[in-house]
Amino acid sequence: MTSTSLVIARQETTGAGAQYVTVRIGPQLFGLPIEMVHEVFVPDHITRVPLSTPEIEGVLNLRGRIVTMINMRTMLGLKAHAENKRMAVGIEHHGESYGLMIDEVGEVLVLEPGRRESNPTNLDPHWADIVTGVYRLKGQLMLVLDVDLALGRLNTARAA
Amino acid sequence: MDDLLREFLTETNESLDVADVELVKFEQDPNNAQILNNIFRLVHTIKGTCGFIGLSRLAALAHAAETLMDKFREGAPVQSEQVGLVLQTVDRIKELMAELEVREGVEPEGSDQDLISQLEIMAEHAFDAVPAVVAPPPPPPKVPAKVPQQLEREMLPGEIPLDELDRIFNETPVDPPKKKEVALAKPEPAAPAKNTLPAPAKAKEPTPAPAAPARKSVAAADDEHKAPAARGDDHAGSVSSQSIRVNVGVLEHLMTMVSELVLTRNQLMEIARRQEDSEYKVPLQRLSNVTAELQEAVMRTRMQPIGNAWQKLPRIVRDLAQELGKQIELEQIGAETELDRQVLDQIKDPLTHMVRNSADHGLEMPEERRAAGKPEKGTIRLSAYHEGGHVIVEISDDGKGLDVARIKQKALDNGLATESELAKMSDSQVFRFIFAAGFSTAAKVTNVSGRGVGMDVVRSNIEVIGGTVEVRSKQGSGSTFVIKIPLTLAIVPALIVEAAKERFAVPQSAVIELVRVQPNSEHQVKRLKESPVLCLREKLLPIVNLGKLLGMAPEGEENLEDLLIAVMQVGNQTFGVVVDAVSHTEEIVVKPMSSVLRQLPMVSGSTILGDGRVIMIVDPAGLAQVAASPEEERTSELAADAAARLRNQGATTSLLLLRAGSGDVKAVPLSLVTRLEELELEKVETVNGHPVIQYRGALIPLVHVNDKVKRGTTGTQPMLIFSDEGRVMGLVVDEIVDIVEARLDMQLSSDAPEALGAAIIDGQATEILDVGHFLSIAFGDWFESHDGDDDRLGKILLVDDSLFYRNLIEPVLKGAGYEVVTCASAFDALEALTASRFTAIVSDLDMPEMDGFQFARAVRSEPSIAGLPIIALSSDRSSDSIDKARGAGFTDYIAKFDRSGLIAALKEFAGTAHGEAA
Repeated sequence: MTSTSLVIARQETTGAGAQYVTVRIGPQLFGLPIEMVHEVFVPDHITRVPLSTPEIEGVLNLRGRIVTMINMRTMLGLKAHAENKRMAVGIEHHGESYGLMIDEVGEVLVLEPGRRESNPTNLDPHWADIVTGVYRLKGQLMLVLDVDLALGRLNTARAA
Repeated sequence: MDDLLREFLTETNESLDVADVELVKFEQDPNNAQILNNIFRLVHTIKGTCGFIGLSRLAALAHAAETLMDKFREGAPVQSEQVGLVLQTVDRIKELMAELEVREGVEPEGSDQDLISQLEIMAEHAFDAVPAVVAPPPPPPKVPAKVPQQLEREMLPGEIPLDELDRIFNETPVDPPKKKEVALAKPEPAAPAKNTLPAPAKAKEPTPAPAAPARKSVAAADDEHKAPAARGDDHAGSVSSQSIRVNVGVLEHLMTMVSELVLTRNQLMEIARRQEDSEYKVPLQRLSNVTAELQEAVMRTRMQPIGNAWQKLPRIVRDLAQELGKQIELEQIGAETELDRQVLDQIKDPLTHMVRNSADHGLEMPEERRAAGKPEKGTIRLSAYHEGGHVIVEISDDGKGLDVARIKQKALDNGLATESELAKMSDSQVFRFIFAAGFSTAAKVTNVSGRGVGMDVVRSNIEVIGGTVEVRSKQGSGSTFVIKIPLTLAIVPALIVEAAKERFAVPQSAVIELVRVQPNSEHQVKRLKESPVLCLREKLLPIVNLGKLLGMAPEGEENLEDLLIAVMQVGNQTFGVVVDAVSHTEEIVVKPMSSVLRQLPMVSGSTILGDGRVIMIVDPAGLAQVAASPEEERTSELAADAAARLRNQGATTSLLLLRAGSGDVKAVPLSLVTRLEELELEKVETVNGHPVIQYRGALIPLVHVNDKVKRGTTGTQPMLIFSDEGRVMGLVVDEIVDIVEARLDMQLSSDAPEALGAAIIDGQATEILDVGHFLSIAFGDWFESHDGDDDRLGKILLVDDSLFYRNLIEPVLKGAGYEVVTCASAFDALEALTASRFTAIVSDLDMPEMDGFQFARAVRSEPSIAGLPIIALSSDRSSDSIDKARGAGFTDYIAKFDRSGLIAALKEFAGTAHGEAA
C-alpha cells in the first residue's frame, strides 16, 4: 500500500462547539462530525466488487483492514471525478471500516450548534435524506452529512 | 449490564449445562454419591450466586430444586419423575437467564410457584414414595432433613439457610476449579447475617454431615474433568488454574493482526528476494519462522474440543428416551478432538438433529430389540477424530438400520427416481435419498422427527462449511452417519484465478480439476441451443463464464475454441467455470464482507493476497445455482430419465452422423434410413409451396432438417431417404459425416421439435434427430391436408419403458393413421386395457418389474382382452427370443427400428381385429 495516510489528531472538545471535518464533494462543502472521522487517506489499489450497487467503488486494504469504499459523488448524484484527485475519509460504522471518497479535505471547524439551520425545503430530496442541517460560513454554506443515514441508505438499497 | 452480572450469566449458564449432563448420569447411576454431590454443588452455587445478586425468583427455584436434591443425598430413592422435575427446573432457570440477559439484569415478572410446589411436594414425600426400595443406601439421618424444612417456612425465597452457608464455607477452600464462583459466593455470609436469630446454634449441628461431601466434591470435580463433556475452559483438567478466560473478540483481533504480520512478512521476503546478499536475509528468515509459529499458535487458541458441541446431547437423548419409551445409551468417543470454534458453531445443530434421528428412527423399541436378539438398551455412539486436515464425526446406532425398500418406495412416490433407476442403484446410492428435501421414511410423524425437514437441512448446513455427509447402514444392525468437516474456516486453501482482469479466490475444496480446451484437445466445448456445454469424458457439463456471471466482462459471443475451465462440484452438481487464467494456490485468510456487501450473490468474502491487494472469494454454491438455470433443471430430469432407460437397452445402435444447419454433428439411427442419395438441386420442383423431387418414378416430398440447412439451386446436396409404407420422403442435410456404432445414451433433452435429445457419441455432444417429426411434416400435416380427415384405423396401446422409443414409435403409428395411447410400464398398460378398448397392443419386451412376456401372458389370461393382437418390439432378434415371445402369446415379433415391418404387422393383425370389432 503506497497511500499516504494521516490520522487526524483528536482535539479535546472544548466548550459547546461541535467540531466538523470539512470535505468538498463536487462544488459543495460538507461537514462530517469529527468523532466519526478516523483518518484521511489517498485510496489506492481499489478492487471492484462484482454485482454491488454503483455507489460502492470497491474495497481496499488499509493496513490490514479491508475498507469498503463509497463514492460520495455517485451517492449524491454528481458526475464521477478525475482519477488523480481522489481523497478518502475513513470512518467506522458498527465496527466496520468504510472510506468515503471525496474530492478534497479542508480544515476542522468548531461551530456552535445553535447556528445550525435546518435543511432548506427545496433541497434535492436525494441530498435531504443524508443531510441533517446547514451552517452559514463566510462566503459559502456547509451541509452536515449524516454518515449513519448515508450508509443506511446503501443497506436499504441492497435490500430492495 | 455490569461486569458482575455478565460474569454471573456466563458462569451460571456453564454450570447449568454441566448440571444437565450430570443429572442424566445420575438418573442412570443413582447410587453414585460423587455425581450427586456434583449436581448438588452446581445447583447450590447457582442458588448462592442468585441470592447474592438479588435475583429472588431464580434463587427460589434453585432452592426448591436443591431441597429435593438434598433428599437424595440423604438416601431417598431416586426416580425418573424427580430427576425430570429437576431438569424442568433447570430449563426454567435457563429461560429466566435468557430473559435476564435481554432485560439487562432485571428479572422477568411471574411466578414459579407451579414448579416450586411440585418440588416441595416431592421433597416432602421423597422417603415415603417408594418405601419398599429404601433399603440399599445407608439409613438416612432424618434429623438434619427436618431442620432445613422448618427453616424454609420462615425464610424469604432466595435466602439461604445458615447450615447451607456453613457448607459453602466448608467447601470453598477445597474447590480449585470453581474459583470464580467461589469468589462470588464468599460474600454471602454478609447478606443473611441480618437475620441472626438462631444461627449459631443451628449451624453447629449439621456441620459434620456436609463435611464429608465437601471433601468428596474435590474428587467429583476431578471426575468431571475426565468426563468427555468437560467444559471447554476446564479442558486442562485439574491444572485449570493455569488457564484463563479470554474474550473471543480479543482472539479475533489477535488473528487479524497475525494475518497482517504474515502479509508484511511476505512483502519483506519479496523485497529480500530481489536483493542479492542482503544483510537482512538471516534476520528475515528468523522473522519468517517466528511468524509462522505465531500464526499456528493463534490458530490454536481458536480451537475448541468438539465435546462442547456434544454437551447438550446426553440431556436430549435422555428426554427422548423417556418420551419414546426406549432405553438409550449415548457413548462419546474423542470429545477432546479440536476444531475451530466457527466450525463448531455450525455443526452443533446438524449433530443434534442426527442424534435425535438415531434415537427416534434408528433404535427400535425394547421389545423389538429383544425379539431381534439385541440388548434392550440401544446405543448411540458419537465419535470424532482427525484425518488429514479434516475432522471426521461419526454418529452410529445399533438399531434397525435404514430400510432400503421403504426408501426406494418413497423415492418413487416423490418422483426422485424411476423404478429402473432404483433397480440399478447400490444401497449406498439409495441411502443418499434421505438427504433430499421433504424426504422422511418415518411411518408416523412424531414430534421428534419424521416431518421430512431435517436431513436436507443437515446436509446443506454441512456443505455450507465445505463438509460432506455420508451414510452407511446395514439392515438389522444399525446405521452410521459420517460427517467430514474442515478444521477451520478462517484459513482455506484457494485457487487464485483471473477473470475480467481481476483476480478471484475459488475455494480449492470445490474445484475438481482444471481443463484446457483447445481446437485439437481431447475435450471440447459445444453449444446446445445457446448454452455451452463441456464434453468431459463421458459427461456433459454446463459451463458458465466467471467474468460474465459477475457482471465484469462484456456480454457477447465468446470464443469456445480456446478456454480454461475449472470443473467444480457443489453437492452432486458438477459444472465448468470459464476463467481467463489460473495463477496459483494459496492459503487465504477469509475476511468477512462489510454489511452493505454481505448479501451479494456469488461472492462469499474477501481476502488479502501476499501483494497486499484485496480480492473477492467466489462462492461455489452461488455459481452452482446459476449454472443450474431453469432449462438445466428440466433437462437434468428428462435426461436422467431417458439416459437411465436407454442404459437398460445396453446394446449399441448404428448411427448416421450428419451436419445440418449449425456446425454441430447430429445423428439418426441408421436402421431408420432407407438410402442415402445425392439430391440434384436443379431437379427440385415445387408443389403447393413444398419442395418435391422425382425419385424412382415417384414424386417425394423434401424436408430440410431446419431453417439453416443450405437451400442451394445448383449442384448436389446429401439427402436421406426414409420410406414408410410406400410413402417415401427425402430429408435434406448439409453433410454426411460418418456411420458409427454407439450406445444411445441420451443425456439432455432438447426443446427443438426436430431433436429427441442429445447424447455423447464419440466424445461429442450430438443431437439425435426425431425422424417421426419429419415424417409428420412430410406425411402428417401435408398429406393429411390432401386426404382430408381420415378415419382412424384403430386404437393402439403402445407399451415401452423407454421415453426415447415411445417418442420414436408413437408418431409412426399416428402417421399410419392409428390412435395411440402410450404406457411406460406393463402395469399401466393393464390398467389402460381395462379402461378402454384397443385394436392392438405394441409392446416392448425388456421392461423392468413386469417384462413383455409376463405382460403378454397376463393379457392372454384375461378373457375380455385375450384375443387382442400383441406385437412384440425388441432389439434382440435371436430365434430363442422370438420363440419365447410366441410362447408367451405374442402375435408377431418386430425389430425395434423396423417401422415398415411394424406397420405391416399392424395392417395384417389389427386390420382384421378392427374389422371384427366394427
